[in-house]
Amino acid sequence: MKLKKITIASGKGGTGKTTIAVNLAMSIDNAMLIDCDVEGPNSHIFFKEPMIKLKDVSIPAPVFDLDICTLCEKCADFCQYNAISILGEKLLFFEELCHGCGGCKIICPVNAITEKDHHIGIIEKGGNKKLAIYHGLLNIGEPFGVPIIRELKGFADDSKTTIFDSPPGTACPAVEAIRDSDYCILVTEPTPFGLHDLTLSVDVVREIGTPFGVVINRDGIGDDRVEKYCKEQNIPLLAKIPNDINIARLYSKGIPIVEGMPEYKTMFAGIYKSIMELI
Amino acid sequence: MMVKEITIISGKGGCGKTTIAASFMALAKNLVIVDADVDAADVHLLMQPQIKSKEIFNGLNVAKKNDELCINCGKCYENCRYGAFDPDNTLHPEKCEGCAVCEMVCPVNAIQMVKRNAGEAYISDTRFGPMVHAKLHAGEEASGKLVALVRQNAKNVAKETGKDLIIIDGPPGIGCTVIASLTGVNLVLVVIEPSLSGIHDSMRAIKVARHFNIPVLVCINKYDINEENTKNILKFCDDEGIEVVGKIAYDDTATKAMMDEKTVVEYSDGPMSQAIKEIWQQIEKVLI
Repeated sequence: MKLKKITIASGKGGTGKTTIAVNLAMSIDNAMLIDCDVEGPNSHIFFKEPMIKLKDVSIPAPVFDLDICTLCEKCADFCQYNAISILGEKLLFFEELCHGCGGCKIICPVNAITEKDHHIGIIEKGGNKKLAIYHGLLNIGEPFGVPIIRELKGFADDSKTTIFDSPPGTACPAVEAIRDSDYCILVTEPTPFGLHDLTLSVDVVREIGTPFGVVINRDGIGDDRVEKYCKEQNIPLLAKIPNDINIARLYSKGIPIVEGMPEYKTMFAGIYKSIMELI
Repeated sequence: MMVKEITIISGKGGCGKTTIAASFMALAKNLVIVDADVDAADVHLLMQPQIKSKEIFNGLNVAKKNDELCINCGKCYENCRYGAFDPDNTLHPEKCEGCAVCEMVCPVNAIQMVKRNAGEAYISDTRFGPMVHAKLHAGEEASGKLVALVRQNAKNVAKETGKDLIIIDGPPGIGCTVIASLTGVNLVLVVIEPSLSGIHDSMRAIKVARHFNIPVLVCINKYDINEENTKNILKFCDDEGIEVVGKIAYDDTATKAMMDEKTVVEYSDGPMSQAIKEIWQQIEKVLI
């Protein structure tokens, strides 16, 4: 089986998704990196090169012609997201609640609704000759980043191995990042929070049906509960990254581990090798 | 009595939000505890809540297709903007965002929007008072809606039991769950970890709070992992007129307390505990 798309995910935030995504991408040949955490992308911090804007991302949003509108309320009744409401003689539209489904435009009996682009964020590209990186930035105050993640995924180059850095959690943005991947690496910590959130992520990847394995980060800070769980559940443990203050210091400065401590390169390349052997 | 609400966020995950928030919950008097990180909730691991009531959370409805009625006209595929239908009109419910356009355009009523059980909301008791929390089912949509439900439950519980404070442990990020967890609160505390990533994401979190006109306080966690960055954060906050209510040094007490399933302030009286207590005193002054 070809291994073209690998997503790095975790239920809990701050477990080391980005660390693993960046260092893994830097340790394998012919890779590219797509950071799908559009609410708080961090992968680019580990590259010296600046990110350059590639494109805007918009979703369609309705525009109401109030001269034609008869205040019949059909659009307000239809909208599942409560983005439209009629108050007396006034039509109120809450743009930030709109998902851009276009239903109001279809249901309007007098064609008072047209559509315009509602800007929700941008996509940027950076990195270098060896490793390109793409990420998205959701505008402040915008609630839904999934359309940006969908567009970002389109930049994956089939001739390369693409590493996707997922947003944290188990809700729709994480699902969108994991879906369509050939393999998912779940990153966790050997603590009660780490284990609990790992079990939630395992439920998600099992439901999506993506093969997956676990990397334990900051090994040594807690106990062996995550390892026991993986054994019980027959989940491959791909690597354990030690709790090393030097890793935390490099991270805080935005220096990749494989640059600051090249001895780790074998370990990251080993993660990729283990996955290839498992599949 | 006016009920005050404070939300703790950080942008980036793993900065110590829950560790700090749970300690505040242990220190505060007469409060309702809220975990608004509904898709990866952790507060209950430190609070061991006794669940008193449970309600099913129906997220957005989901499309259901009756293939016997379907005439393969392709209208659902043409009009769905979320890719939930294949060109051959096969429905993928997991991609449905519940907009109901397919139900409207189907000429033979082969599609119906049905309720989707997307999670559970709980009202519980803990040793520190009532707790309101929830669990979103794996991979569900509408997490912001569940946060809104949790916050409404918290307000109801506060009213019924005469509590005057609601402390909300917020989710990571800046999207719908974060927005739902901070709109209308009295105060947002942004926990910043002085890594470049922590700073990048917390700046976005501060902007979201300000976008919704919520007063912001900052505390710096693990400030000694990069003192240079910490200086930059202090300068930024000074320039922006944001009050920094405290700094907490890196301390493995946080992990030890977590392993013992306790809050830091219960587990030890050491420097981390002291720092959190001082921060909470500062916050109380601002809240009152």
